[in-house]
Amino acid sequence: MRVLAIMVTFAALSVRGPAEQPASALVKSAQDQFVSDIHAQKGMTCVACHAGSDKSSAPGAYSIRRGQIPALCGSCHSDAGRMKQFNPSVRTDQLTQYKTSVHGVKFGHGDTRVAVCTDCHSTHSIRPASDPHSSIHPLNVATTCKQCHSDAAYMKPYAIATDQFSGYADSVHYKALVESGDLGAPTCTTCHGSHGAAPPGVAAVANVCASCHVLQGKFFEESPHKQAFRKLELPSCVTCHEGHRIHHPDDNFVGTGKSAICATCHIGSEPAGQMADGAHKNFRHLEAEIVSARSLLDRAARAGMDVTDADMELAQANDALAKARVSLHSAQPGRVAADLEAGAKIVANARTAGNAALRERDNRRKAIVLPVMALAGLFATAGLYIRSLERKQY
Amino acid sequence: MSGSEIVRQWIDERVDLREMFAPLMEKTVPRHRFSHWYLLGGVTLFLFGVQVCTGLLLLLYYRPSMNEAYESVQFISNRVAFGWLVRSVHAWSANLMIFMAFAHMFSVAFLRAYRKPRELTWISGMVLLFLCLGFGFSGYLLPWNTLSFFATKVGTEVPGRMPLIGRAILLLMRGGEDVGGATLARFFSLHVVVLPAVTAGMILLHLLLVQKFGMSVPPSVEKEGPRFGNNVKFFPNYFLRDVMTWSAALMVLLVLAAVSPVELGKKADPFGSAPAGIKPEWYFLSQFQTLRLLPATIVHMDGEVIGAIAFGLVGALWIALPLLEGRLGRNGARWARIAVLGGLIYLASTTLYAYFTT
Repeated sequence: MRVLAIMVTFAALSVRGPAEQPASALVKSAQDQFVSDIHAQKGMTCVACHAGSDKSSAPGAYSIRRGQIPALCGSCHSDAGRMKQFNPSVRTDQLTQYKTSVHGVKFGHGDTRVAVCTDCHSTHSIRPASDPHSSIHPLNVATTCKQCHSDAAYMKPYAIATDQFSGYADSVHYKALVESGDLGAPTCTTCHGSHGAAPPGVAAVANVCASCHVLQGKFFEESPHKQAFRKLELPSCVTCHEGHRIHHPDDNFVGTGKSAICATCHIGSEPAGQMADGAHKNFRHLEAEIVSARSLLDRAARAGMDVTDADMELAQANDALAKARVSLHSAQPGRVAADLEAGAKIVANARTAGNAALRERDNRRKAIVLPVMALAGLFATAGLYIRSLERKQY
Repeated sequence: MSGSEIVRQWIDERVDLREMFAPLMEKTVPRHRFSHWYLLGGVTLFLFGVQVCTGLLLLLYYRPSMNEAYESVQFISNRVAFGWLVRSVHAWSANLMIFMAFAHMFSVAFLRAYRKPRELTWISGMVLLFLCLGFGFSGYLLPWNTLSFFATKVGTEVPGRMPLIGRAILLLMRGGEDVGGATLARFFSLHVVVLPAVTAGMILLHLLLVQKFGMSVPPSVEKEGPRFGNNVKFFPNYFLRDVMTWSAALMVLLVLAAVSPVELGKKADPFGSAPAGIKPEWYFLSQFQTLRLLPATIVHMDGEVIGAIAFGLVGALWIALPLLEGRLGRNGARWARIAVLGGLIYLASTTLYAYFTT
């Protein structure tokens, strides 16, 4: 604490911040932020980083230059022995990874404009990724990357696109992560890596996507598209699904219709186009059949009939349809047809169960007609008897 | 001599049937423009009988445990011959019985049939109405589906918030901290043993009192004075009218059971979250809505606790209605009529409000 007090005093007397803010205010602000910093929570103080270079009271003696940051952070975070004190399973390869990233490589060549540790993790309010307030919490990663990558002026020297965030914000992945709160949904670092961040090469795209979309990746590997894309030097998945603006797959993607992606390369009259059109038609047909069977079962359930088994079975028809859509990545009509056939069989069973339940409902209704008529007869007879009786009595 | 006459004679020689049924044969019932309201008590009793008969049939298959309750009801509804009918009739007749009990209570209150010497008949009738509500509350949990589970959870929380005795009541009702197997076992024994036994005794007392004092004639009819033919014989005249209402009630029950069978829903998951828009059965909606309308705290006290205490007080005052009317002297009848009308409007409006807004 004494060291901290000295620092504050020195800073207040001699240093001026970049925005003409008194140094005392800067230090106060840093102190305020540092309270919630994970380093402060682990018992560290300012001097852990701001040890000072020459122990003098000269202006800026305790400041850390941007060029020093990766090495300074790495001095602890690459030291497995030291890091084990805080978390025995924590990674210590961040600096090594960073050096392989586009950021790290450029930094190594003397470009200090590229991201260093503090750009993503913040300076004095570093929090673990599990903390929702952290700049690297899954929900905040894209916003953190966006700070530089959506800044056209800042990115101009690097001649790369700056529309990644706007594309990602319109994607199915963003919707799953931010709107549905699925923290397992991908954000920038999921595909690009975090400390070793780099754009995947043309040949590596499929591997990146396949880390989650395993079956799609496997089927694509077995498809004729793989060789064709390689010849044309087209990136695998993103050729059809786009890079950042990945929309939820739709059956209209398939076929040679207006909004079909297949139509980019195929026409309806060629065999591949015909296969795509057939798949589109069959997907739509099975989907409509599932909806119709579901409505039948719902009707039976509302009538008090037990259709639990058929209902559970019908859920598997949706699985079969999803499987058929995935199988399409193999571009093998037989594989798609087998999945569709399995789905159609389940739908047929559900329909049979639904119709049987509705027949049973009708039988139940018919079964009470006679008792109700008998009771109506009893009601009328009693009424007539009372009338005749009381006519005689009174 | 026919076979039935031989049997009748055999019994008659031993127990004297004529003497045994003499009170019924001699009993008369007043006949006036309001006399059809008398039928509501009989139809409530008939629906209780339906409850007993269908309940006994359900007992043949029902299993009161967390792991088997839902499955056994599912089995009854789908595998047992006419099980669906028995279960649906049981559920619908429970609702109709409570509705008829309320209708009977309000008809008695509006016609001021609780006047001296019938105060005890009114009190025993009110106890029977509360017993009906107890049947509804305890029976609702038995299928062990999501709705019944959470409705019971909420329903047992309200008395649990009462000061001093709340926690003891909650533990007594639930058989533990949470709604679980112990709660189901307690509710089952309450539903099929305790409540039926108490209700049977109370019905007997109520009928004896009705028999002793006869049907009350409304004051407005009394003022008109005795007229020729203003009484009819209970048997067969009034009894046949009862038969007509009972057969109509049974027809309604059968049609409701076949056209709108009671759904079973999904099995209760004690670790799952409560479904959105959960609400109790219609006969508890008024209390439910009242608790929703009350602020969270009233004079530094929990709003729900105040509400629960208020329900108890209003219930006690309602039971004491004949005594209070007598205490208020000449204006008693007017105030009682206003209270009954106010009570009916409040019950109906809060029930409808909760039904359409939850």
